[in-house]
Amino acid sequence: MDKFAFDIAHFLAGSLVLVSLLLLYQDRLSALLNVFAFQAVVLALSVSWQAYVQGAPHLYLTAAIALIVKAIVIPVALHRMIRRLGIHREVETALNVGTTMLAGLALVALSIVVVLRVTADAGTLAREDLAFALSVVLLGLLMMVTRRNAVSQVVGFMSLENGLILAATGAKGMPFVVEISVAFSVLVAFIVIGIFLFRIRERFDTVDLQALDDLRERRG
Amino acid sequence: MSEVIDWIAANNVALILAIPFATSLLLLCLPGYRLSARLNAGSAFLTLLAALSLFIHKPAPGSYLLVDDLNIVFIVLNTLVGFTTSVFSASYIAHELEIGRLTTVQLRFYHAMYQILLFAMNLALLANNIGLMWVAIELATLTTVLMVGIYQTHEALEAAWKYFILGSVGIALALFGTILVYMAARPVVGEGPDGMIWTVLIGHAAALDPALLNLAFVFLLLGYGTKVGLAPLHAWLPDAHAEGPTPISAVLSGLLLNVALHAVLRFKLLLAANPGAIAPGPLMATMGLVSLIFAGFMLYRRRDIKRLFAYSSIEHMGIIAFAFGIGGPLANFAGLLHMTMHSLTKSAIFFAVGHIAQAKGTQKLADLRGLTVSHPLLGWGLVAGVVAIAGMPPFGIFMSEFLVVSSTFARQPLLAIPLVIGLLVAFGALMLRLQGVAFGEPSGHSEPVKASYLPLATHLMLVLIAGIYLPPPLVAWFQHVARLLH
Repeated sequence: MDKFAFDIAHFLAGSLVLVSLLLLYQDRLSALLNVFAFQAVVLALSVSWQAYVQGAPHLYLTAAIALIVKAIVIPVALHRMIRRLGIHREVETALNVGTTMLAGLALVALSIVVVLRVTADAGTLAREDLAFALSVVLLGLLMMVTRRNAVSQVVGFMSLENGLILAATGAKGMPFVVEISVAFSVLVAFIVIGIFLFRIRERFDTVDLQALDDLRERRG
Repeated sequence: MSEVIDWIAANNVALILAIPFATSLLLLCLPGYRLSARLNAGSAFLTLLAALSLFIHKPAPGSYLLVDDLNIVFIVLNTLVGFTTSVFSASYIAHELEIGRLTTVQLRFYHAMYQILLFAMNLALLANNIGLMWVAIELATLTTVLMVGIYQTHEALEAAWKYFILGSVGIALALFGTILVYMAARPVVGEGPDGMIWTVLIGHAAALDPALLNLAFVFLLLGYGTKVGLAPLHAWLPDAHAEGPTPISAVLSGLLLNVALHAVLRFKLLLAANPGAIAPGPLMATMGLVSLIFAGFMLYRRRDIKRLFAYSSIEHMGIIAFAFGIGGPLANFAGLLHMTMHSLTKSAIFFAVGHIAQAKGTQKLADLRGLTVSHPLLGWGLVAGVVAIAGMPPFGIFMSEFLVVSSTFARQPLLAIPLVIGLLVAFGALMLRLQGVAFGEPSGHSEPVKASYLPLATHLMLVLIAGIYLPPPLVAWFQHVARLLH
C-alpha cells in the first residue's frame, strides 16, 4: 500500500511537471488557458491523493479550491476577457520555442539535482515531491520571464502558484495550507478582477518588456 | 486615567491589530472626506499609543504573536510613521481632491486600504508564526499595489502591474523558503503548527538540518529581498514610488522595506543559531554592496524627484544589507540603527517632496528650482532632509554610516573601499541635485498649498536628537539583537 501510494503521488506530481512543460510551447492564448485549466485539474487530483494518503481531510478543501477557482472560474473569466477586450490571440515570446523548452528542461534537471542533494535525510515521498514542486515553480518563473503578453504572464504566475501548493501539500502536517492557498487565489483573483475593471485593454497589448523599458527611459 | 492606561497596556498587542482593522471597515462606509481623514489620523494615533504601551508592559510570546527585542522598536516606529503619514496624507489628499485628481469614492477606498496596510504591517512585525508573517506581507503587498495604481493613468497602471508581477514572484519564492524551513523543522519538532512557530524554531535551531536551512535562506533572501528592493531585484521600486500618491511612497520607503528586511533578519537569526549552516553574510554583503553602488550611480541620471529618492532608498537598503552581511556586534547594531533612522528621514523627505510637487504642479527636477525662495518652509525642510539622508553630521544617519564604515575597516578592510566610494558617489549626487532644486531663482508657476509641516519637523527633530543622544533602552535592545545575529 505504501509503495502504491508513493507511485500514484509521483505519477500525479510528475504529470504536473509535464503539463507545465506543455504550457511553455503554447502559441495561442485560448489553448494556453485550456492547458492551464488542465494543470489545475491535475493539481486538484494530486492534492486529493495527498489528502487521502496523509489522512488530512482539510486538504480536500484545498483541492476543491484549486479545481473550482483555477480550473473553472479563472480560465472562463480570462477567456471572456480576451474576447471582450480584443486582446491579441497570439502569445509573443522573447525566445523561440526550442530554446524555451531546452531552458525548461535544464530547470527541471537543476531542481531535481538540488533538492535531492539537499534533502538527503528527509523521507523519500517528501523529497521527490519537493523536487517536482520546485520544477513547476521554476517553469512558471521561466514562463513569466519569456512572455510579452500580460495574460500569459498571469498564467505563468498561477502555474508558479500551483507548484507552491504542490510543495505545501507535500510537506506533511503543514498547517495553514488551506489558508495559504486561499490567500494566493485571492491575490490572483483581485488582480484579474482589477484588470478587468480598469479596462486596460490597450495596456495589455503593450504591457511587454519593451514598454516597461520605455517607461523607465521616458520618466527618467 | 491610570486605569485606562493599564487597560491599554494589558491589551496592547490586540489593540495594535484591532484598531486599524476596525477603522478600515468603518472607513469603507463613511462618505465624507474630512471625517475620513480625521478618523484615519485619529485611529493611527490610538494605535501609536497602544504601541508605546509596549514599553510599559511586554506580553509573553503566544503561538501567533510575539514581542521581543528585535521587533519592539520597529512596531513603535511603524505606528509612529503611520500616524505622521496619515497627518501628511490629510493635507496632501485634500489638495488632490481639490484639483480633481482623485474622486471621493476613490478616497474612501484609499483610506480603508491605508488602515489595512497598517494592520498588515503590524501583523507582519508581531507574527510569531512564519506562515502568518508571510500572509501579512502578502496582504501588505496587495494593498500597496492597489494604491500605487489609484490615479489610473497609463503610467500608474503600468507601475502597479510591474510592482504586482515582481512583488508576487518575490512572495512566491519566500513561500517556498517558508515551506523548506517547515520541512527542516519537521523531523525535530514533529508535524503540525509547532514547525512554523518562530520561538520554537529558534529554540531548536541547532538541531535543524543545515543543508535545508541554507536552501531555505536563499529562497527567503531572494523572495523577501525583492520586497526590500535589493538590486538586482529592485526594478519595481522606482516606478511604484514615482507613480503612486506621495503618502504611499513615504509608507513604502519608510515602513514596508523595513518590514520585509525584518522578515529576512528573523531567518538570519535562525541560521546564526545553527553552527552547520553557511554564513549568510557574504550573500547579503554582496547584494548590499551592488545595490549601494548601482543606486549611487543611478542617482545622477534621475530627472524626476520622486524617482531620485526612490533610488536613494535602494541605496540605503543596500547599506543596511551590507552591514548585516559584514556581521559582528558593531555592524549589526549599525544596521538596526540605520533602519530606524532611514525610515524617519526618508518619510520626512517625501512629506516635503509631496507638497512641493503639488505646489509646483510637476515632479520634474528641471522644473523645480529656487524652493527656498518661493516656499521657504518646504524648501528648507527639504534641505534639512537631504542633508540628513546624505549622511552629514549631526543627524542620526551619519552615526550609523560611520559605524558601518568603521566595522568594515575592522573586519573586511578591502570591502571598505567600494563601500566608501558608493557612499561618496551618492552623497555627491544628492548634493548636486539639492543645489539645483533648493537654491537659485524660482522657476515656473507655483500655487499655494496648505501643507502640514508638523510631520516633517517631528521626524527631522527625532533624527537630529538620535544623532546626538540615543536613549539607553534603545541601545540595549539593539545591542542584544546585534549579538544574536552574529
